[in-house]
Amino acid sequence: MYPELGQFSLILALLLAVLLSVVPLVGSVTGRDTLQAYARPLSAGLFVFIAIAFGILTHAFVTDDFSVAYVANNSNSMLPWYYKFSAVWGGHEGSLLLWILMLAGWTLAVAIFSRRLPSVMIAQVLSVMGIVSVGFLLFIIMTSNPFDRMLPNVPADGADLNPLLQDFGLIVHPPMLYMGYVGFSVAFAFAIAALINGRLDAAWARWSRPWTTVAWAFLSLGIALGSWWAYYELGWGGWWFWDPVENASLLPWLSGTALMHSLAVTEKRGVFKSWTVLLAIVTFSLSLLGTFLVRSGVLTSVHAFASDPERGTFLLALLAITIVSSLALYAFRAPVVHVRARYGSLSREIFLLLNNVLLVAATLLVMVGTLYPLVLDYLDMGRLSIGEPFFNLTFSPLALAAGLLLGAGIFSRWKKTDGGWLGRKLLWPLAISVVATAAVMVTYGTFKPWAFAGCFVAIWVTVATFWDLWDKSASRKGRLQGLKRQSRSYYGMVLGHLGLAITMAGATVVSNYGVERDVRMTPGDTAMIGDYQIQFTDIGERRGQNFTAQYGSFDLSLDGQYVATLHPEKRQYQVQRNVMTEAAIDAGLFRDVFVAIGERITDDAWAIRIQYKPLVRWLWLGALFMAAGGFLAIADRRYRIRERVSDRQGIESGRRGDVAEAMS
Amino acid sequence: MHPIRKKRLTIVLFLLAGIAVAVGLTTYALRQNINLFYAPSQIAAGDAPLDVRIRAGGMVEEGSVQRDPESLKVEFRVTDFNSSVLVEYTGILPDLFAEGQGVVAMGRLNASGRFVADQVLAKHDENYMPPEVAEALERASAGTHKAGDSSGPETAY
Repeated sequence: MYPELGQFSLILALLLAVLLSVVPLVGSVTGRDTLQAYARPLSAGLFVFIAIAFGILTHAFVTDDFSVAYVANNSNSMLPWYYKFSAVWGGHEGSLLLWILMLAGWTLAVAIFSRRLPSVMIAQVLSVMGIVSVGFLLFIIMTSNPFDRMLPNVPADGADLNPLLQDFGLIVHPPMLYMGYVGFSVAFAFAIAALINGRLDAAWARWSRPWTTVAWAFLSLGIALGSWWAYYELGWGGWWFWDPVENASLLPWLSGTALMHSLAVTEKRGVFKSWTVLLAIVTFSLSLLGTFLVRSGVLTSVHAFASDPERGTFLLALLAITIVSSLALYAFRAPVVHVRARYGSLSREIFLLLNNVLLVAATLLVMVGTLYPLVLDYLDMGRLSIGEPFFNLTFSPLALAAGLLLGAGIFSRWKKTDGGWLGRKLLWPLAISVVATAAVMVTYGTFKPWAFAGCFVAIWVTVATFWDLWDKSASRKGRLQGLKRQSRSYYGMVLGHLGLAITMAGATVVSNYGVERDVRMTPGDTAMIGDYQIQFTDIGERRGQNFTAQYGSFDLSLDGQYVATLHPEKRQYQVQRNVMTEAAIDAGLFRDVFVAIGERITDDAWAIRIQYKPLVRWLWLGALFMAAGGFLAIADRRYRIRERVSDRQGIESGRRGDVAEAMS
Repeated sequence: MHPIRKKRLTIVLFLLAGIAVAVGLTTYALRQNINLFYAPSQIAAGDAPLDVRIRAGGMVEEGSVQRDPESLKVEFRVTDFNSSVLVEYTGILPDLFAEGQGVVAMGRLNASGRFVADQVLAKHDENYMPPEVAEALERASAGTHKAGDSSGPETAY
């Protein structure tokens, strides 16, 4: 009974989405307020019905209703209750339902928090989001119905959730990632609405900025969680594999980062408008591309649940329609107005332009590396793979260049910056960074050019950020007053840039100074990793709720001092008969020590992987900083102030706020 | 020159420079880092280059896994049921590695015809077969791929 209700509410949601994508749009074109006013209630209704469907699917999981095919394929009565809950998005159909729930959530959020926007604008934005919802609801109803029944042959028990997914990482990673992916639909909807009514100005940029920033913050968290999960669960200690699925999430992040920065220029100075709109379209298209790559079965990986050609074709069609129609609209409506705002060849505008060039170059690079093998394969021109070295070699220089420019860009001024002044300004931070980097090299013992470059850029960004904060907070009423005077979006920027520096430092140090050893050990053996000694003390059996495990014990010590006991496991899950390695990690802010059990070599000898991972936590700590920066930035007061008359005149606010208002 | 045109020119030049750098880096790096796939039949026929990093894949032959009890060295044969190639690997094999399962190995073929792997990938779950492996097996079983046949498009690389 319940599953049918779930399906019914999905169909109702589809009807509401169709209404949402037509009625307010017609109202906005014909200027009829009554029709425009339908946008908000329709958004709310859309969300309610999708939430009901989602709730019913969750109910089916929690109550072990194996007559529902999706539940039978992805759950089991022995599964712990919290995994039953997260198994809702552990397979294709459910994760798509989560995607749509997020989309409806964002639509509702726009409806609630945009009361100050002109009703034409809000009607169009919500309509565009309705159109996107129609596409995905059709997709789920026609090709991936999570409520399909297995009647009358109801299985006695479920096939279980893939053991890899039975983890805290799965509970949090997909929702965060989807919040980010789907969140860019808001920026997209704002861009399309602006193109439709030709209102592409600073006010438009101001409205879409917080939405972009918050989506970007979620996406940062989602990517970091995925990387963290791979590190301890999947990857034997690796944290980024340049796997097509990972790249699929990195692509919208890179172009989303570019979008955030170009929106800043558009809001403050009223320039780069067409470029910003294009980036908004591209970013959401890349989110869709990611969904296509991961969900269509084009790629085979832990993320690709099913390869059903029908689904792939549908998603590809959705992607093509989105890209073609929005680019066509862009081609017809992109502003051809002459921008009167001027900026010199050395100015903050130029620095942000370079930031965009580098980020877009990085996006293209990752895209080429990801899609090239797929396209060749599709054209039947051979199978090949593009390995990590390609990405490391090409991505790193771009990231370093972006970091170098960022340090200088922080000091630059809008409109025009004096070259000599900027040079003098940069001298001290530069000197401090070089000395500090040298000190870091000495600490880690060996000089490596890539390590030096990476650490230098990370320190340079940090020093420049704090230097600028010091300059800006100078005040006659004292330092504290000066610090208080800075806007939240400025502090958001500070946090975001510090986060980037932290992640860069972590990536550089762990890649260059990490140690990884595979050793053969019998109980009683010791092995050295870095300065740490690891002793294999014992191995026995342990029973979990739905698995049995080989349970190892390792004593970790540093200079003869006991540090910790680690218990890596090798689990055998009862339903799918899969073997899973559970690594044991002694985590720390400055280093992780990682132990995992490999296969059994003889009766008492085991292959053991031990790793020393300096600063590996910084990778994800940096992402936390970035996300926190994003959330802080949108709490800025200026997004809550009622629309001022000056906003209607476009770039007025940007002219006024040159020095005092920093970009975020 | 008119200042606005000059500015536009600067922007265009910046963009072009960025694109040129990206394209240059990409092609350079691509040339270095493309790993081609060879099925055991192709390797047996001598199609695969020696001492170049390539991928090889197929089924792990039943009863072929031999482990050195004193180290982490392991040897096994990978087959497409037509020919097989001896793979040598030192390290930890993935959880899902087993005899009779599909694998893909990354490494170099040495002069004595051994494939020295530095990485072995196995399927993510029991229903997964690396697509290259599935294709190679299909071809071998259909008998369309004769050893020594290098005219097919899949061997063009």
